[in-house]
Amino acid sequence: MTIAHDFAYLRPATVPDALAMLADHRGAMVLAGGTDVVPWLRDDAITPETVVDIKDIAGFDAIDVADGVLRIGPLVTFSDLIASPVAAEHVPALVEASHTVASVGVRNRATVVGNICSAVPSCDAGPPLLVYEAAVEVAGPGGERSIPVLEWFLGPRTQALAEGELVTGITIPLPGAHGGCYAKLSRYRGEDLAQVGVAVLALPGNDYRVAFGAVGPVPFRAPAIEERLAGGGPGDADPAALDALVDEAISPIDDVRASKEYRTHMSRVMLRRSLAAAAARLDGGGPPYGEQVI
Amino acid sequence: MIRLTVNGIEHTAEPAGAESLLATLRDRLGLAGSKDACEQGECGSCSVIMDGELVCSCLVMAADADGSEITTVEGLAPAGELHPVQRALVEAHGVQCGYCTPGFAVAAAHLFEREPSPSADDIKEALSGNICRCTGYGAILRALTGLAGEEP
Ligand code: FES
Ligand code: FES
Repeated sequence: MTIAHDFAYLRPATVPDALAMLADHRGAMVLAGGTDVVPWLRDDAITPETVVDIKDIAGFDAIDVADGVLRIGPLVTFSDLIASPVAAEHVPALVEASHTVASVGVRNRATVVGNICSAVPSCDAGPPLLVYEAAVEVAGPGGERSIPVLEWFLGPRTQALAEGELVTGITIPLPGAHGGCYAKLSRYRGEDLAQVGVAVLALPGNDYRVAFGAVGPVPFRAPAIEERLAGGGPGDADPAALDALVDEAISPIDDVRASKEYRTHMSRVMLRRSLAAAAARLDGGGPPYGEQVI
Repeated sequence: MIRLTVNGIEHTAEPAGAESLLATLRDRLGLAGSKDACEQGECGSCSVIMDGELVCSCLVMAADADGSEITTVEGLAPAGELHPVQRALVEAHGVQCGYCTPGFAVAAAHLFEREPSPSADDIKEALSGNICRCTGYGAILRALTGLAGEEP
């Protein structure tokens, strides 16, 4: 048991209290599920003087819909999303992604907001939130602001949150009728980071949204692919042209989990299969949500 | 100082810094059944039930567990007895070196508590966070599908 450094552990009960603590203690770390933060603290990967645990803030664990917007509180875990009928109805591809996150014991603690705050390139919540055009709701010293997820990821493990700010939720405009899909390539089920993640939304009128994770420094949308697909069925685009667009969009690395070539090949395959699944789901068919297409 | 109810018994402890619930259980409360293998949430050997939910105790800060109710492998069955999942693991030879076994037992007990006759897929999903370095998965799965009255 090596405990290298100590810190003050605070548990605010309200957002104003939390903001006051973050203002008083520069460099404080916010703690929610802790599945990333606890090992970082223990390994001294981060050494804050203060840890602000937000678990006592009322309402932060809610998933609700109001005025055409789905809101996911910062304490909502991946298990909560999987169990939520509201999430299943409105954002099934995000729920599908939640099933692929680690294992039951981790999903019971790991939060969706924490996943995008850690902002690792392979984060499973990234691609689905990009295709659902979610926004990150933030409160801070300067008041409240809403950051589109498209502008949220700045680099590996870096996001747009400023000093003293706290994420108060994720909002998603209800997408209406759609078919979605999240495909994840990993070595085994249960606690593995994505080697490639692909999220697709098929909207009525042959309108598609496509996002990738783990094949670039941040999760990203692929507008050139979306433009090529627009107006046709998922199988109408010339496969070779689509593959070329995938190659242009991604910038995979070689690492212990997969080679660059493998990631490239699988990105192409997974895009094709996710498109087919999303389009079929839009029409009421296709594989049931949760059944991986690879 | 924190208060924990572990296997029905109240304890107090003074964890330091980011000390994990796992470290508190093992090193301060003497409950060494939960194992410390990866400390990363990858292996499930530290699985405990916290306020009714399965968690990796290596990923829970002890300070954050203040006031919670914990069941560890030591509390699955009364002293001297075995929980049905433990008996099934013994009978089906689902134990080799045994290091992963407490984690499997806790995760499986938690599953059977909520779902007395889980399907083989339910069992695989519930145990997907548990790694056995001796790779005795076949026997573990046979033990639990047998208990559920299912074909593996
Ligand atoms: S020691 Fe906790 S998951 Fe491995
Ligand atoms: S029995 Fe040895 S690690 Fe599973």
